[in-house]
Amino acid sequence: MSSEIITSSGPATSPARVAGWQRRSQWGLAMRALRRDKVAVAALVVLVAVTLVAVLAPWISPYDPLVGDPRARLLPPGTPGHLLGLDGQGRDILSRLMWGGRYSLTVAVVPVVCAALLALVIGMASGYRGGRRGEAVMRVLDVVFAFPIVLFAIALAAVLGAGLVNTMVAVGITLVPYMSRVVYTSTVQESAKEYVEAARAAGATDLEILRKQLLPNVLSPLVVYGTTLAGLVIVLAAGLSFLGVGITPPAPDWGVMTADGRQVLLEGYAHVATVPGLVILVVALAFNLLGDGIRDALDPHKQTS
Amino acid sequence: MMQEPLLAVEGLRTHFSTEHGIVKAVDGVDFTIERGGILGMVGESGSGKSVTGLSILRLLESRNATIAGGRVLFDGEDLLTKSAKEMREIRGRRISMVFQNAMTALDPFFRVGDQLVELIRLHQRVDRRTARAKALEALELVRIPEPGRRLSSYPHQLSGGQRQRVIIALALACGPDLLIADEPTTALDATVQKQIIDLLLEVNRELGTAILMITHDFGVVAHTCRTVAVMYAGRIVEAGDVRRVLETPEHPYTLGLMRAVPRVKSGGRRRSDRLHQISGSPPVRMADAEGCAFAPRCPEAVQRCSTAEPPRIGFDAGHSVLCHQRLPITEAGRVSA
Amino acid sequence: MIGFLLRRLGWTVLILIGVSVLVFLLMQLVPGDPVRTMLGMAATGERVEEVRHQLGLDRSLPIQYLDYVAGVLHGELGQSLVLSQPVSSILFPKLLNTVILSAGSLLICLLVGIPLGVLAGARQYSLFDRGSMFLSLAGASVPVYWAALVIVSIFALQLGWFPTSGMYDTRNPGGLADVLHHLVLPAAAAAVVPTAVIARMARGTMVEALQGDHVRMLRASGVPERSVIWRHALRGIMPPVVNIVGLQVGYLLGGIIFVEVVFNWPGLGGQLYTSITAGDMPLIQSGVLFIALVFVLVNLITDVSVALLDPRTRKAA
Repeated sequence: MSSEIITSSGPATSPARVAGWQRRSQWGLAMRALRRDKVAVAALVVLVAVTLVAVLAPWISPYDPLVGDPRARLLPPGTPGHLLGLDGQGRDILSRLMWGGRYSLTVAVVPVVCAALLALVIGMASGYRGGRRGEAVMRVLDVVFAFPIVLFAIALAAVLGAGLVNTMVAVGITLVPYMSRVVYTSTVQESAKEYVEAARAAGATDLEILRKQLLPNVLSPLVVYGTTLAGLVIVLAAGLSFLGVGITPPAPDWGVMTADGRQVLLEGYAHVATVPGLVILVVALAFNLLGDGIRDALDPHKQTS
Repeated sequence: MMQEPLLAVEGLRTHFSTEHGIVKAVDGVDFTIERGGILGMVGESGSGKSVTGLSILRLLESRNATIAGGRVLFDGEDLLTKSAKEMREIRGRRISMVFQNAMTALDPFFRVGDQLVELIRLHQRVDRRTARAKALEALELVRIPEPGRRLSSYPHQLSGGQRQRVIIALALACGPDLLIADEPTTALDATVQKQIIDLLLEVNRELGTAILMITHDFGVVAHTCRTVAVMYAGRIVEAGDVRRVLETPEHPYTLGLMRAVPRVKSGGRRRSDRLHQISGSPPVRMADAEGCAFAPRCPEAVQRCSTAEPPRIGFDAGHSVLCHQRLPITEAGRVSA
Repeated sequence: MIGFLLRRLGWTVLILIGVSVLVFLLMQLVPGDPVRTMLGMAATGERVEEVRHQLGLDRSLPIQYLDYVAGVLHGELGQSLVLSQPVSSILFPKLLNTVILSAGSLLICLLVGIPLGVLAGARQYSLFDRGSMFLSLAGASVPVYWAALVIVSIFALQLGWFPTSGMYDTRNPGGLADVLHHLVLPAAAAAVVPTAVIARMARGTMVEALQGDHVRMLRASGVPERSVIWRHALRGIMPPVVNIVGLQVGYLLGGIIFVEVVFNWPGLGGQLYTSITAGDMPLIQSGVLFIALVFVLVNLITDVSVALLDPRTRKAA
């Protein structure tokens, strides 16, 4: 996925005088285009709904996610009172999924946001008048790209140890190079444009240019990339839990639930693993579709009025 | 007894459906090309001249383009009624087409010789060796230096002029009766342009290949063609003998073009001899448009020009014009009887 | 071309140095004292110091790194803490098994992903195009461990067509057919995501390629559509497609870790999982290094192939 997104270009630029106005209208246009994109809206609705359910889990979940009824273990989906069935310890799968969102979403979204902020600093510092030093920073990051992204995250998580915070740190560190490269590329592209030159001629300081001229234009490719990346990260973070280097049982993380289900899969109870996995798939797909939608919405060529 | 023309296009209509409605890219075009003849077709970009060329070979049939009517009689047979397979056998063998982008019209991943051999073996039942010999002949025909070596060159190893020669060699390899040349020199240097035009003329003279020369360059037309058709918004607004049309144009559009080009001497060509110096934007003719398409830009336009279809007025020597303001009744004396 | 190869090789050496530094540093992140962990709490301080000196851990980091690299270059990867065997003798056979699984999986990616993308691109906006592109969009979001579990559940448990796990039949092991039979499901599971991404990319490049001037020229010359698509356009999209495939091998190798766990495939990924569970740091370190090396090699092969596939770069000095 990453390779596909990295090539997406930033929005069209404008002379300094009208930059501010165009920017606002650009995001406005993008919002309007996004609202017309039915698929993106549906994806957004799914994400908001899943988040709401996770937040409200303590009040709306029908059962305790950690306490099961050993006599009723492995009942299939559709059992009265247990819509999605029970797991190997007789715990209600629906309730666990509701609570699990709190872990699975947190462990995916927080690292993406933190990595994005860090990437903005690294990418813009190396990209804006960074010259050879900036290039050198990017060359160093290339070393990280020599590792498959999943492997890198697993290695970090394995070294740091399991647990909520450690997992977020491992995932976040993994993402920083990827996001920094996106910021660096668009910063270099934008810095070369005439509105930056014009702002400098008008006496703006570097900090002002970075904040007022570059940041808004660098932000849009990063938002697109980050949204799509969140789809990958939700799968990755749950994967760490699946391997036992992420969230630790009995916490009802979706990856933990999938790993639990693996134990009973061979006994013929597929639902314990496949249902949480399906939720991960749907949320990941929603992030990907939303990312595509935002990308199209920000593309001036596709914003037909 | 007049010989049947090689190509007779009658009332050809090609429509594009766009999100704003149906565009009549070609809106009732008639012309003929004799065996061994050369017809020049001039017009601004968007006038429908390229679409006419593509429509003859039926290369436009896609989601949004349809040939909405007319006949394309080639050797007396209507190409519009042919099956896809029959059309493939005609393309490249009986009618060839040369496009303007010499730099990109060759497949960059195949050697020149392999591209020629593929085409020859596609249309003729010959073995690889014979095809290779024919490929060499084709390269010799287009006067490429060191044709034997060029067979194993990749397109990127050739200059623009050489590439265009290879493209013409591909077009001529199977000895077609008609060559549709769509702006064959646009992407080339001025000196190379002249060489390519001269090559096409030579081919016409020596092999008797008829040519439909699509161009926006009046200089090319003056140099190569016997007859010319001026296209505007999907219609032929003026047609006739080259000298007659260029020296005493009748249609206000042609007049405007003649004025825009400083001085066209036959044989003299400059890249600046372009047509788009007329004021106003190039036309797009929608399905619901009425009247003469040139009316909004026409200095002579009167009210009926924008409401009624202009009539076709004939002059001497096959010279005709599509205009309200040239009616013999109102403009007495202009028609030479 | 020679110049390109030399530059590319030089860059690979630099990347390899970077990778070794990173893998070395990664191990420095391990919380706690490795010697203490190895010897247990009962060991005396003196004994700890002695072992630390034996292992060279009392020297400065750069020296330790050089020691480490020298070891790696001699094939000495240290001793497994848990299996008390040299790491190299554990990992080399597993490397081969992982390469077998990756190759099988990659084959599926190529045989499914490229034709799917080409057909969809050749019939842009058709029902087939829309259908296959929706599938590939969903496919690109699939968690690989979920795909593996679903595939086991359907094709091994319910239909019984393939074994649930392992690489050889336990009662009657051996033979190519046996390995292939065991290979199908894990290879398919690992292929899901890369196949979907490759199909999407192949479609995009195909759509673009079919709008090329030379394609119009071919059509105007009467070349049948079949040949336009499968001979000319496909040849033209090979460089970008190979490039994408190379990148996707990264995801493939990452996914294979999960697949090997689910299918008990005796490869590096499964070993990595076992070592992580057991806290066997030397094995983790070398396992990560091995998989990264495979990917670096794949990237090198990809770049060289892309250059060779394009006559414009092939002939250039």
